[in-house]
Amino acid sequence: MRAADVPFEKVTAKNFPKGPDSLAPGHRACQGCGEVLALRLLLKALGTEFIAVSATGCMEVCTGPFPQSAWRMPWVHIAFENAAAVASGVEQAVHVLRRKGRGHQQRIPVVAIAGDGGTADIGLQALSGALERQHVDFVYVCLDNEAYMNTGIQRSSATPFGANTTTSPVGVKSKGQYTWKKNMPAIAAAHGIPYVATATPANYLDLMNKIRRAVAIEGPAYMHVYAPCPTGWRMKAELAVESAKLAVSTRIFPLYEVLDGHYAIRKVDKPTPIADYFKIQGRFRHLNAEDIEAITKKVNSEYDRIVSLSETFPV
Amino acid sequence: MAKRIGIEVSLAVAEAVKLADTDVIAAYPITPQTHIVEHLSELVADGSLDAAYIPVESEHSAMSSCLGSSAAGARTFTATSSQGLALMNEMIYIAPVLRTPIVLAIANRALSAPINIWNDHSDIMSVRDAGWICLFAENGQESLDLTLISFRVAEDPKVSLPVSLNLDGFTLSHFIEPIEIPDKETVDKFLPPFVPCFKLDIKAPMSLGLLGGPEYYTESRKATDDALLASKTVIKKAFAEFNDVFGRQYNVVESYQAKDAETIVLAMGSISETAMTAVDELRAQGKKVGIVRLRLWRPLPIEEIVEAVGHAKNLAVIDRHLVLGAPYGPVGLEMMSVFYSASQKPNISNFVLGLGGRDVTRDDFKYIFDRAAAQQGQTRYEIVGVLE
Ligand SMILES: Cc1ncc(C[n+]2csc(CCOP(=O)(O)OP(=O)(O)O)c2C)c(N)n1
Ligand code: SF4
Ligand SMILES: [Mg+2]
Repeated sequence: MRAADVPFEKVTAKNFPKGPDSLAPGHRACQGCGEVLALRLLLKALGTEFIAVSATGCMEVCTGPFPQSAWRMPWVHIAFENAAAVASGVEQAVHVLRRKGRGHQQRIPVVAIAGDGGTADIGLQALSGALERQHVDFVYVCLDNEAYMNTGIQRSSATPFGANTTTSPVGVKSKGQYTWKKNMPAIAAAHGIPYVATATPANYLDLMNKIRRAVAIEGPAYMHVYAPCPTGWRMKAELAVESAKLAVSTRIFPLYEVLDGHYAIRKVDKPTPIADYFKIQGRFRHLNAEDIEAITKKVNSEYDRIVSLSETFPV
Repeated sequence: MAKRIGIEVSLAVAEAVKLADTDVIAAYPITPQTHIVEHLSELVADGSLDAAYIPVESEHSAMSSCLGSSAAGARTFTATSSQGLALMNEMIYIAPVLRTPIVLAIANRALSAPINIWNDHSDIMSVRDAGWICLFAENGQESLDLTLISFRVAEDPKVSLPVSLNLDGFTLSHFIEPIEIPDKETVDKFLPPFVPCFKLDIKAPMSLGLLGGPEYYTESRKATDDALLASKTVIKKAFAEFNDVFGRQYNVVESYQAKDAETIVLAMGSISETAMTAVDELRAQGKKVGIVRLRLWRPLPIEEIVEAVGHAKNLAVIDRHLVLGAPYGPVGLEMMSVFYSASQKPNISNFVLGLGGRDVTRDDFKYIFDRAAAQQGQTRYEIVGVLE
């Protein structure tokens, strides 16, 4: 079956999942954290009949100081760079045990969750291996807050150009991060997997439906989720959702899906000026009009690339 | 019916993994371990072993996948050597504390640099403190038998710890030996199906791998050490039951001509077979010499060691790993600490040899027996056969 035709139960405002959150309240994320909001929505869409594998990072640390745990489904954390490899082992074990009559009969999705550092940097090799091996019930979610937040706001390869972090500091000889953000969704899509999607917690129904689709499709799925971090972005705590909306409306974070190599993008015809997005975040405060223009050019070229892919290879 | 055939030791280990009905194998190739996993891939490919073979992209992912698979309740196996074990290191330390009963065969090989594919024990010694049960095989039959025993011990609910089975790279892994391959029914009598103490289960969710702060870290490490120390009893029981079923008796510490020996060489792995030949020749000349071999290295079987060598005048401890910057090798150092407070103790000296595949001969052992008897109060290890 084409990935686009795989049925799944849609989340709408009317049939929003009821019952307690799969992520229990009382976790220790910072006030206004957009990453934990994204996580909570993902888990709400998934329920509890799946196995979660976390990488070390903010979400792992804030949800599980022994003897407490916020996870209401079976959950395992092993280390920082290997969530994809751990999930591979879990997924294969579940399959074998089912085949040998020692497991449950139903399909059990295995969902690996990692930050941008755990995905785009130290975990890229393990992720690539898992995507290449075509695990059937494997979904990988990257919660991208654009830096190593758990260890104190160090840059990652997903940190955007110009951002001020503790290891890409602004100085007389530095404008902050001097590299362009690594394009993780494109890297994932290059593995020829059936499903890649981007999402933000501001577009929450979209996010919940994408994770539902990701688990419904047989074969590896990769979700890149924008995860605003007020603490690391030097932004007011109440602005996480606002910044996510702006990321989409400025085209900085395009919302799109890649289904069997076919692209579907949510178009933004009249983009908001990028300066509006930068204005609310202290990490970009030092950028001047010239910098912002250069960034706008780069942002538009990636947006145009995906639009053109969606025209050439429509779903 | 069990059958005795000529088979490469690596393949015999793979056959044991098959006889154990292993569920998941995640492995990455490295010499001299490759023949084990190649044969396992074949067994899975031809349908004779119903398991998942995960062809991971690195040893780090191999052990990571094994952790996931074991935590999900599957009988799990992997194999590696040297650099592969070094790359696994981070995961090696996590497995015992999460109590995942993974079985790992290590075809022991020297660590780089210089890069070298041949045998010594520097790989396993780099993870000796991690909390794994460590067994050493001497020959092909032992390698197969200990593979079965490893699963049995690892998965015992009183243990639930990972086990590393060490077999010397090339000198053991690549040799063709006459080995008795047991039949499946007999193996089933010895090795029950894996019933995990806990697992990742959607019907009974649990969290595994939570952060352990200062209030819990010490306790969780201590709990793992308690389990590791307590595993010795289970290991001995498994050895006894293995003997009942298969008629081959193993002991945590093995002795050869050691009871009345004045000078004893203590070694691990396959070189003890060379040492036994040297002992036979020296005994023929009337010298009171013997060999003691540790089959179990972790947990260190202290009482059994004291019983086996405590009476000797001289104890020569062999290390196949050079600890840079330290007075003795790991085995040497531990024997010194075992006897430190003993009222009656042997005169202990420490010899390092057989590094990176350097041949170890009967003459080397004859030299060691003489030297250990002649010198008192050695203050630093001696490398045998080093070119200055
Ligand atoms: C092998 C290893 N290297 C470094 C670390 C330290 N470390 C833990 S979390 C982390 C950063 C996590 O960043 P990210 O993956 O982006 O997740 P976030 O905390 O931002 O959500 C680092 C560097 C580690 N735990 N393990
Ligand atoms: S540092 Fe950022 S991502 Fe981490 S918990 Fe705080 S707000 Fe959330
Ligand atoms: Mg991050």
